[in-house]
Parts: sequence; C-alpha cells; structure tokens
Amino acid sequence: MKALLIQFARSLRQSFQDLLPIILVIAFFQLVVLRQPVPQFGQILAGGLMVLVGLSLFVQGLQMALFPLGEDMAYDFVRKGNLFLLLLFAFTLGFGTTVAEPALIAIAEEASEIAATGGVIEDVREARERYATGLRLVVALAVGFALLVGVIRILKGWPVQYLIIGGYIGVVIMTAFAPKEIIGIAYDSGGVTTSTVTVPLVAALGIGLANTIRGRDPLIDGFGLIAFASLTPMIFVMAYGMFF
Amino acid sequence: MMEALISFGGTVLSMLKDVLPIAAILIGFQVLVLRRPLRNPLRIAAGLVFVLLGLALFLEGLELALFPLGRLMAEQLTLPSFVLGEGVTDITGFHWTDYVWVYVFAAAIGFATTVAEPALIAVSIKANQVSGGTITVNGLRFAVAVGVAVGVALGTFRIVTGTPLHWYIIAGYVIVIAQTMKAPRAIIPLAYDSGGVTTSTVTVPLVAALGLGLAETIPGRSALLDGFGLIAFASLFPMISVMAYAQISEWRSKRAREANSED
Repeated sequence: MKALLIQFARSLRQSFQDLLPIILVIAFFQLVVLRQPVPQFGQILAGGLMVLVGLSLFVQGLQMALFPLGEDMAYDFVRKGNLFLLLLFAFTLGFGTTVAEPALIAIAEEASEIAATGGVIEDVREARERYATGLRLVVALAVGFALLVGVIRILKGWPVQYLIIGGYIGVVIMTAFAPKEIIGIAYDSGGVTTSTVTVPLVAALGIGLANTIRGRDPLIDGFGLIAFASLTPMIFVMAYGMFF
Repeated sequence: MMEALISFGGTVLSMLKDVLPIAAILIGFQVLVLRRPLRNPLRIAAGLVFVLLGLALFLEGLELALFPLGRLMAEQLTLPSFVLGEGVTDITGFHWTDYVWVYVFAAAIGFATTVAEPALIAVSIKANQVSGGTITVNGLRFAVAVGVAVGVALGTFRIVTGTPLHWYIIAGYVIVIAQTMKAPRAIIPLAYDSGGVTTSTVTVPLVAALGLGLAETIPGRSALLDGFGLIAFASLFPMISVMAYAQISEWRSKRAREANSED
C-alpha cells in the first residue's frame, strides 16, 4: 500500500511536468499577447487539479491493467496456436472499439451534413442518419481490417513500410477520384479512430506477439498496428464517398 | 457543486460506454476462446478502474479548465479586430503575415497538448521498455510534439492562404517515403505509429476550434470544407519528425565515432 502511494506521488510529479507546457502557453497568450485577465481562476485551478490526478491515475492503471492484458492475451493466443481465432480477435477488437468511439460519431454526423448540403444525399433526417451510420460502420470495418492485416504482418515478419507506403499510394490515387467534400473528412477520420484506451492495448498486443514468436523483434515487428489503423480508414472512407 | 458532480457522473458514464465494449471483447475471448483464467484478476480490475476514473477526471478537468479558455483564445486570435487592428470588423484585404500570432499559437498549443497526450505517454513507455532504454520516454514525446507543432502551424497557414489540402498531404507523404529509405530500420514502425497516437483527447478539441475559428472569419473559406484537415496535418508531421530525430542521433553518433577514429 505504501509502495503504491509513493509510486502515485512520483506519478503526480511526472504528470505536473507533462502539463506544465500547456499552463505556460495559455498564460503567455492570455497575459502577453491578448492582454486579458484569466477568467474564473478558481474553476481553472480545480479543473487543472482534476487533470493532474486523472492523468496520474490513468498512467498507473495503464501499467496495472491495459499493458499486461494485451501482452498476456498475445501470449495465450500464440500458445493456443489457432490462427483463425487470433485473427478473429484482432478484427473484433478493431471493429468493436471503433464503432462506439465518440469522436467518430461526431465526425460522422458532421460528414452527413456536408453530404446533404453538397447534394450528395437528400437533405432529410433519415438520409443523413443512414449516411452517418454507414460511415461509422465503414470506418469500424477499416480498423478491424487494419488490425487483421497488422497481425498477419507481425506473424509473417513483413517490413511495415511496404504495406504503409503501398497504402499511401492508394490514398493519393483515390484522392484524385474521390468527391471533394469527402477528402478532408477521410483524412481526419484516420486520426480519430485510435482512442486513448485502444492505443495502449493494441501496442501491448503487437509487442506481446512479437516477443512470443521466435525471430521477431519487438521494436521492428511489434509496433505498426496503430499506423495501419490510422491508414485504412482514409481509403475506406474515400471509397465510401465514391460509391455512395 | 451539485452540478459539477452530475457532470462528472455523466463523463464517467460516457467513459464506461467507451470502455465496456473493449472489456466485453477482452473477457469474451479470454473466457470463451482462450479458456484461461486472468492472471492477477484483482490487480487488473483495479487497474481498469484507475484507467476509467483517471480518464473521466482528466476529460472533466480539461472541460473545466483548458477547453473553454483555449476555445476563447482561438476565437479572439482570429477576430478581425485582433488580426488587422482595433476597430476593424470585416476582413477584405489581408496578407498571410497578418496572422502570425495564429501560427505561433497553433505551434505552441500543438506542442504543449501533445506532450500531455495520454496515448502518446503509453506508447513512449512501451518504446522505452522494448528498446532497452535507447529510446527515452521524453525524447520520443519531444520529437512527436515538434512534429505536431509544425503540422498544426502549417495547417493554419493553409487555411489562411486557402491552398488545397491534398498538395500538402501528398508532399508530406513524399518526404515520409524518402526518409523511410534512409532512416534507421528500427525506428520506422514506431515513427509510423506516432502519427496515429498524437491526435486523441487533448489536441483534437483545441486544434479543431482553431481551424473552425479561422475558416469562419476569413472570407471565401467554408467552415465545413476548410475546418477539417488540421488533424491530418497533426498525424502526418510526427512521422517526419520522429524519423528525423533518429536520423540526427545516428548522424551525430557516426560523426563522434569518426572523430574518435581519427585521433
């Protein structure tokens, strides 16, 4: 218990250092550039304390739960030796964590409005909702597919750059043909799919797999899953914009 | 006080909605497919509660302290009266240099929020463990934050000048591909990954507010068309900066070795 408290105090200090740049930037722009007083100082102080404690708790929980969970499951799957089940798990993890992602829901709604004002779909509520749901499913499928391919890549030991650069070339070619309205959303959807809970889990899964399989290097083969998950949504969303 | 508690409860609930599907998938596969009990189930349960509570507190605190102030600042920095001087309410003629404080703010806030991004902290801890300490936690985060700073500043410049998004992105890809051929092999997967982790909880709301503020006040820009795209910049440039960081470290250690062998 005491060890846990000391660890937490250390983690609080680290979190304070992590947040210091934000405090400095905000203070400089507010006081020197905009020359405005800081409004509602008490509220900001309370919020800052919450951010500090929250970040420390998160980092603590990361080491206690998310990292060991991802690594243990990778180890168990390799021991079980069933490729189909491992791939099913990878796909389900990608699809399931993305489809409910709040940031994605927000982007999908905005995208449906753009499509409606651009005349791509009818400007009625039903059509917009159908479009937004479709977009969410497409992005979730893309992330599921990304983890599936990413896990196969770790098992086979393919270099990550061929797949990623191949994907980029795909993105560039599709940009030329996709409707203009969808391009900004497609590019942004790559960035919003990977949430704060998914990233540590997926990173631990990849590193766990690379550690367990003989001949794989955790640094070279273990990383890369997140890169796939940010790339495939761009391709899938542009395809969605082209065909619907 | 009551209000704050209700709002916090709401955040915990929405976090639960975010975490429950993940927990269901993990437990489902663990119990039904792997048929193995969890190791240290108590520790993992406590850790998950920490993650949940920690993220809820983190988001709620950001909502209280950082986001309103950051959004207000983004709004004020893009106001015509601030950009073009007192009394101006309408932007008709302007030069891209009028917006210099916007670029500085974009770079500074992009850097600062990336350093505090929890997902990046997670990846840096792992990279540090896996590389046996060669990659330091703070070194990687610094490199990524520099990339986000450059990316977001360039992204606001693009909105001000109204140049097409895809030219920037494609040029960025060309640089990434060229660097991939030259950079140390071990850094490449990590560099690619750091593009995806930069933009989650802290950076996106502030950067999006800045983009929307710009697109709304500058004539000829559409908030819907031009407001998007900043996040793409913030995911692209960290790949370049992380590879550059590895290339510079390699070049310096090579030069040090050559200097030693000449003695």
